[in-house]
Amino acid sequence: MDYTIKIGGQAGQGIQTIGDVLAKVFSRSGYHVFTDQDYESRVRGGHNFYRIRLSDTHVYAPRASVDILAAFDRESIADYGKELAGSGIIVYDSSMLGERYEGPQMLDVPFTALAAESGAGRIAANTVAIGAILGMLGFPLEPLFDILKDGLKRKDNETLENNRKAAGAGYEYSVQNCTRCEFEALSAGEPKMLVGGNEAIGFGAVAAGCKFYAAYPMTPSTGIMLFVAGKAKDYGIIVEQAEDEIAAINMALGASFAGVPSMTGTSGGGFALMTEGLSLAAMTETPIVVALAQRPGPATGLPTRTEQGDLMMVLHAGHGEFPRVIFAPGDPGQAVRLTAKAFNMALKYQIPAFVLTDQYLADTRWTLDSIQIEGLTVPNYRAGNERLDTMEQYKRHAFTPDGVSLFGMPGKTRHLVVTDSDEHNEAGHLIEDSLTRKKMVEKRLFLKLEDIRKEIGPPILLGHGSPDTVLISWGSTYGVVREAMEAMPAGKKVAMLHFSELYPLPGNERLDYLALLRGAGRTVCVENNATGQFAGLMRTECGHEVSDSVLRYDGRPFMVEELVEELRGRI
Amino acid sequence: MEGSEKYQGEVPAWCPGCGNFAIMRAFKEALTELAIEPENLCIVSGIGQAGKFPHYIRCNTFNGLHGRSLPVATGVKLANHAMPVIAVGGDGDMYGEGGNHLLHAIRRNIGIKLFVHDNQIYGLTKGQASPTSMEGMVTKNQPFGVLSGQFNPMAVAVALDCSFVARGYAGDHDHLKGLIKEAMGHKGFSLVDILQPCVTFNKVNTYEWYSKRVYPVGPEHDPESRTAAFAKALEWGDRIPIGVIYRNNRPSFEERVPVISGSCLVDQVLEGRSLKDKLTATLKEFY
Repeated sequence: MDYTIKIGGQAGQGIQTIGDVLAKVFSRSGYHVFTDQDYESRVRGGHNFYRIRLSDTHVYAPRASVDILAAFDRESIADYGKELAGSGIIVYDSSMLGERYEGPQMLDVPFTALAAESGAGRIAANTVAIGAILGMLGFPLEPLFDILKDGLKRKDNETLENNRKAAGAGYEYSVQNCTRCEFEALSAGEPKMLVGGNEAIGFGAVAAGCKFYAAYPMTPSTGIMLFVAGKAKDYGIIVEQAEDEIAAINMALGASFAGVPSMTGTSGGGFALMTEGLSLAAMTETPIVVALAQRPGPATGLPTRTEQGDLMMVLHAGHGEFPRVIFAPGDPGQAVRLTAKAFNMALKYQIPAFVLTDQYLADTRWTLDSIQIEGLTVPNYRAGNERLDTMEQYKRHAFTPDGVSLFGMPGKTRHLVVTDSDEHNEAGHLIEDSLTRKKMVEKRLFLKLEDIRKEIGPPILLGHGSPDTVLISWGSTYGVVREAMEAMPAGKKVAMLHFSELYPLPGNERLDYLALLRGAGRTVCVENNATGQFAGLMRTECGHEVSDSVLRYDGRPFMVEELVEELRGRI
Repeated sequence: MEGSEKYQGEVPAWCPGCGNFAIMRAFKEALTELAIEPENLCIVSGIGQAGKFPHYIRCNTFNGLHGRSLPVATGVKLANHAMPVIAVGGDGDMYGEGGNHLLHAIRRNIGIKLFVHDNQIYGLTKGQASPTSMEGMVTKNQPFGVLSGQFNPMAVAVALDCSFVARGYAGDHDHLKGLIKEAMGHKGFSLVDILQPCVTFNKVNTYEWYSKRVYPVGPEHDPESRTAAFAKALEWGDRIPIGVIYRNNRPSFEERVPVISGSCLVDQVLEGRSLKDKLTATLKEFY
């Protein structure tokens, strides 16, 4: 069982609500669910879709082939009709679209009329549609009723009852009229969590002990701030919407300097403004976590679409030479763990750490069986006043064997905590002499890097043990490459290497991936950009030249079938 | 002054005769009289001659980037609002590079005390016009004279309903010390613009030039009247008012952030059992 439902319509028609509700019905019923979204940079009108894939086994990526197309505008039928599977059905309301379509695959359900009859009014047309889709699938309605109940802010029995009637009317209508519906809902397992990419980063941050989040809203990163803001009261977090991204990163650095774990989030254009602040974080050795959700550039680019085009930027951003850590999660589970790890790395080594995602991952939702809380919490690395006050003297940037100096909290000890964006001495005061400068570079960069490298986890290796072909993914291409690999013809020795902990590149101690790559005749890097940035990073950092790249740079994510086709031609 | 030695910092790298020395002396005395200990004070500065200020006064110091002291100071203040947080910068730092942050710090009314060393010229980069340079001033970089209008920080601050707006003069020590103390005692955002001759590069706005013009606002001025304050803020030329131009009692930003109504953010440590319970509850929301 592996069905894809696509809901298409204009912004403002409630496409997202329908998708969210259906996805929740499926995840609560124990199915594996994957959702993704495609939307335009506008509040009303235009054309959007919400795609849900559900299965009784794991799903990691979207499929292009559609089993049920719910069309809320004529464009949906014109654009997506060709994606319909052989047994697929298009469900729509001819009165809503102002047109009646003939054909065995068309199911005309009077969403609006049934809503009006139910007593809930025309506004419940979407509820009718949800009921109709569940009827087509032969799903029970009870999980939907629970969700409708949870969604009502006030216990309003009449509204609830009317919505139940509306959903029931849609359900009955499709059961009676969809003679071609052959969908079969197999029994599923325990209820699952449904987690989005941005929510996962937000949760990871909260779990790691983030106390301060400053950002300027920017698609597709805003969801992280919204999640953290929603938890501000409960966890005691200050979330400040800054006047611009320059202020955002500087505020986060101020809060971090004062003593609380701090974070900011943005997309490429906003991050361009933050790069000076990033350099400041490095020079003052002030920990910061930066979440960067990529979208296609240059400049404003495609604001609501996806691309992995900013890896090189994140790698090189900020003037001067300093260490940084870059993580690029491949799914929400990795996003939770790696955001927490980014906090750990930033706070432990007093460096900037990145969580690099993109619109695709930010706006996808995945089912997870569980999220382990253990290991997410970050120890308090700040030097407490008890410790500092017993010291005769304290120097914020003292030279140490590992390059990490005790970080006191200003105003919390009898010592002064002094730092400077100028090159400085151990006490934090500005200097210009060459000897101190040299030692400071070595402290900040070389000494720390040695230990940082040891903490970088190996890539994920899946598939054949001694492969002829190795597919390489990083960040959000994890899921689609995994499914494509599994779909490769039997007999082909194919494996995949997924890099989530990108920079510094992992060493070979725990997994000798370089030997694996060398041993394979073909190595194919799959990236959502035009220039193969990760392949370039591998070439620079470990000398491995991939034999082939599959690149997509039209602002859209890879589809399973398309990638399978593409790889079949090359393997 | 007795007691002010504890603020003795590094040796200043300012030009002999720089107005900054006078400002620093007034500052140290004000802090001594207010009994603010160096380890309980945080000064955030940017870049420019004024940016070096916290190195010369013993205090917790974040000497950050040009124009960015206010956002850093905002972060520090929100994390630890019990600690007095001062931002120091020059006219280029605060009114040029950091102009947007100034507008929004005033809007927030965050309890930062901002002291601007306003010498109407760029000193560290050797003599270009600043936002407060007077129209027509000729420099190497403005050979046809300054063509842009002079930025009026007092009028802008009053227009934004800044909760404490004052102007001081480096050449009037006692008056300046009083203003610093008053600004430090104000609970919201305080802007003190300090006129300060640049003896090396500004040959127009000299000690003599300022001394002839500045006058302390008298009791006839009502700093709580925004209209009167605006009129006072517009005075510039033959007579330049110094003193408290405007003041109001808007609640400070930190007073209005519910998360820190009970205690400072730095003192709110959520760990062990309670964090785990909260996280477990949050995870349930994903079902």
